[in-house]
Amino acid sequence: MKGGPAEERAPRLIALSFLVSALGSAGLGIVYLAGGHTQAEGLMVGIAFGGLAFGLVAWSKYLMPNGPFVEERDSLSSEDHEREKVAADFARGGRQIGRRRFLGWSLAAAMGALGVAMLFPVRSLGSRPGRDLFETAWADGIRLVTSDGEPVRADELAVGTLLSVFPEGRTNDADAQAVLVRLRIDRRTGGRPGAQAPEDLVAYSKICTHAGCLVGLYDPRSQNLLCPCHQGAFDAADGARPIAGPVTRRLPELPLRVDGQGFLRAAGDFPEPVGVGFWNRGRS
Amino acid sequence: MIARRVVRWLDDRLAAAPFAHTTLNRVFPDHFSFLLGEVALYCFIVLLATGTFLAMFFEPSVSEVVYQGSYEPLRGVTMSRAYASVLDISFEVRLGLLIRQMHHWASLLFAGSILLHLARIFFTGAFRRPREINWLVGVGLLVLGLFNGWAGYLLPGDTLHGTGLRLGYAIALSVPVIGPWLVFLLFGGEYQSPQILSRLFVAHVYIVPLMILGLISVHMAILWRQKHTQFRGPGRTQTNVVGEKMWPAYAAKAGGLFFAVVAVVGLLGGLVQISPVWLYLPDTPAAVTSPAQPDWYFGWLDGALRVFPAWEIQAFGFEIPAVFFPGVLLPTLSVLLLVMWPFLEARFSKDTGPHHLLERPRDRPLRSAIGVGLITFYGVLLAAAGNDVYARTFSVPVLQVTNVFRVLTLVLPVVIGFATFRMLRSLRDREISRMSEGAVAVAGGAGSDD
Repeated sequence: MKGGPAEERAPRLIALSFLVSALGSAGLGIVYLAGGHTQAEGLMVGIAFGGLAFGLVAWSKYLMPNGPFVEERDSLSSEDHEREKVAADFARGGRQIGRRRFLGWSLAAAMGALGVAMLFPVRSLGSRPGRDLFETAWADGIRLVTSDGEPVRADELAVGTLLSVFPEGRTNDADAQAVLVRLRIDRRTGGRPGAQAPEDLVAYSKICTHAGCLVGLYDPRSQNLLCPCHQGAFDAADGARPIAGPVTRRLPELPLRVDGQGFLRAAGDFPEPVGVGFWNRGRS
Repeated sequence: MIARRVVRWLDDRLAAAPFAHTTLNRVFPDHFSFLLGEVALYCFIVLLATGTFLAMFFEPSVSEVVYQGSYEPLRGVTMSRAYASVLDISFEVRLGLLIRQMHHWASLLFAGSILLHLARIFFTGAFRRPREINWLVGVGLLVLGLFNGWAGYLLPGDTLHGTGLRLGYAIALSVPVIGPWLVFLLFGGEYQSPQILSRLFVAHVYIVPLMILGLISVHMAILWRQKHTQFRGPGRTQTNVVGEKMWPAYAAKAGGLFFAVVAVVGLLGGLVQISPVWLYLPDTPAAVTSPAQPDWYFGWLDGALRVFPAWEIQAFGFEIPAVFFPGVLLPTLSVLLLVMWPFLEARFSKDTGPHHLLERPRDRPLRSAIGVGLITFYGVLLAAAGNDVYARTFSVPVLQVTNVFRVLTLVLPVVIGFATFRMLRSLRDREISRMSEGAVAVAGGAGSDD
C-alpha cells in the first residue's frame, strides 16, 4: 500500500516522538524535585503528552490499516409486529391495573403526599424572604462609618470625593452600604428628604438598581456616579437620577443629619428598597 | 495467548463476544469536524482530573482568616478561607498553579469545543431524524457546561468573581413572582449569605458534573446505537458507514487526540497566565473592579445586559425589572430555540425522513443564513461586553459606544444573514448548473479511488 522512504521513516519518527514524550515526563519529575516552576512544568506536560499524541496519530495514519472500510447500517426502526407487541404489552398491564381503580387512586394520593413532603428539605435551604429585601440596617441615629469602622465627620470630606460608608458596627453589610459624596453646591438641583445635613452632602445606596453591582466610580466634573459592570450612570446632583446606560431607577438616597459632635448619622432607613428590582418591590 | 484467555474468561460470564467483535470492527467516518465533540469530551476528562486535585485543597468557606502564606503583598490581609486556599494552591502546593490554570483553560476550551460542535451539527443538518434526541441531550450538555463554568468562576472569592455572583443573584431575583423565594432558597438568603460558597461548590464539583457525566453517557450510547453520519462521497450511501475501523486505527487516533488536548491545555496552563486572583484582591462587600468582564462564553449575556435599553414594566404596583429581559428572557428563548430547531425545521421543510448523509452549508442556504445570523447576533453581544474598554481606548463616551452596539445588535445579524443566504444560494445554483452541463465529463473522470 505504502512504499518507499515514508514507510521506512515513519517507525523511526514515531519511536522518536515516544522518546521525546518520555523525556518530557522525566523533565517534569526533575522540575518537580527541583522545587517546581510553573512555566517549565507546563512545557514538560506539553512535551510529555504532545509526544504521545504525535506518535499515536502518526502510527495510526501511516502504519495501521486505514481502509476505507464499509459497514452497513441496521435500520433504526423495528418491524411493525414488534411495535404492536409492545403496545399490546402495555395495554394488557394497563387493563390489569385498571381493574383495581381504588388502589390506583390511593397510590396517586400517597405519591402526591410524598411529593409535597419532599418540598420540606427544599424549604430548609433558605429563610422566608419576608422584609429582608425591603429594609436595610439603617435607622434614625445610626452613625456612618468607613469600611474600617471609623465614624465620618460632616466636614472632613473634600469636594468631589466619594466615600463608601456603612452603618456603625455593620461594616460587612452588603445591602446597607452607601456612597457619600460632597457635591459642588452650585450644581445641586435635586430635592431630598431630611435636610438637616449640609446641603452639599448626599449619600446614596451603593448597589446599582440595574444588576446589583457596586456603584464605585465617581466623576467629579459631571458629578455622575458610574457602575463599572454595565456602564449605568446616575446624576449625583439630581437625586441619583439615571442618565445613561441600562438603569431605570434612581439610587435610593439615605437621609442624613449631623449630631452635636459633628458626626454624620442616618435620619432613617432608605425610603425604598435598595438594589435590583423584583416583582413586588413596589408593594412595601 | 493471553488475549484469548481474557476473552474466554469474560465471555463465560458476560457472553459479550459478539458485541466486542462488532465494537472492534466498527467503522468511523473520518472528517476533521467530527473531532470537535471528542475534544469537548477530552476537555471534560481534563476538567475532572484537574478539578479533583483542586478540590483536595480548596475550602469553600467565607469565614475570615489572616493570610500568612508566601505571597508577600497580601501577607497580613484579612480574607475568606476560600481565597486564602486558592492562594495556597497557587503558591504553596507544588504543581498547584499549573493544575489550577490548566483547569481554567480547559473550561474555556470545553465551552468553545461544545459550541463549535453544536455549530458543526447545525450547519450539516446532523440533528435531523433520527438524531433529534441526541441533539436535545447535547443542548442539555451545553447549558450544564456553561452553568458550571459560571459556578467555578465564582469559587475563588476575589473581587472580579464577586461581581459575577451579584449578577447571578440579580438575574434570579428578577424572575416574576418566584424571584425572591428563588434567591432565598438558592443563595441561602439575601446577598451575600455565608452559605453561598458551599452551595456553589456542591453544585460545581458534585451535582452538575454528575449530570454532565450522565448526559455524556446517554449521548455516547445513542451515538453508538445510531452510528455516525457521514458526508457524501464515492461509495457512501444512506445505508452504510465508510471510514476506518475502531481497532486499531481509530482507537490510536482518538487516544492521540486525547493526549493532544492534554498537551495543549498543559502548555496553556503553564505558559499563559489566566485568572491571577492574587492581583484581583479578596472580595469585600464594598469592593468593585473596573473593567469587569466574565469568561468569554458568558460575554454575550454581559453584553446583552449592557446594551438592552432601560426598560422596565410597571403595572398594578408590580414590576418586571430591566434585568429580566436580557438576563432571563434572552437565555430562555435561546435555549428554547435550540430545543425546538429540529422539530421546527422538519415541520417547515416537510422533511421527516431519516438522514445519515450530511449536508453542506450551501445545500440549505436558509438554515445556514439563520445560523450565521444567530452567530452574528451573539457575537455582537459578546463584543458589546467590552463597551467600557472601547470607550476608554478610543476616548469616546460609553453611551455612544453602547448606542452603536444597540444598532449593530439589530442590524448586523440581518445584513450578514441575508448576505450569507445570497452567497450560498448562488454557490448552490452555480454548482447545479455546472453539474447538469458537465455531468457526462464528471462521470467519466471519477474513476480514481480517492
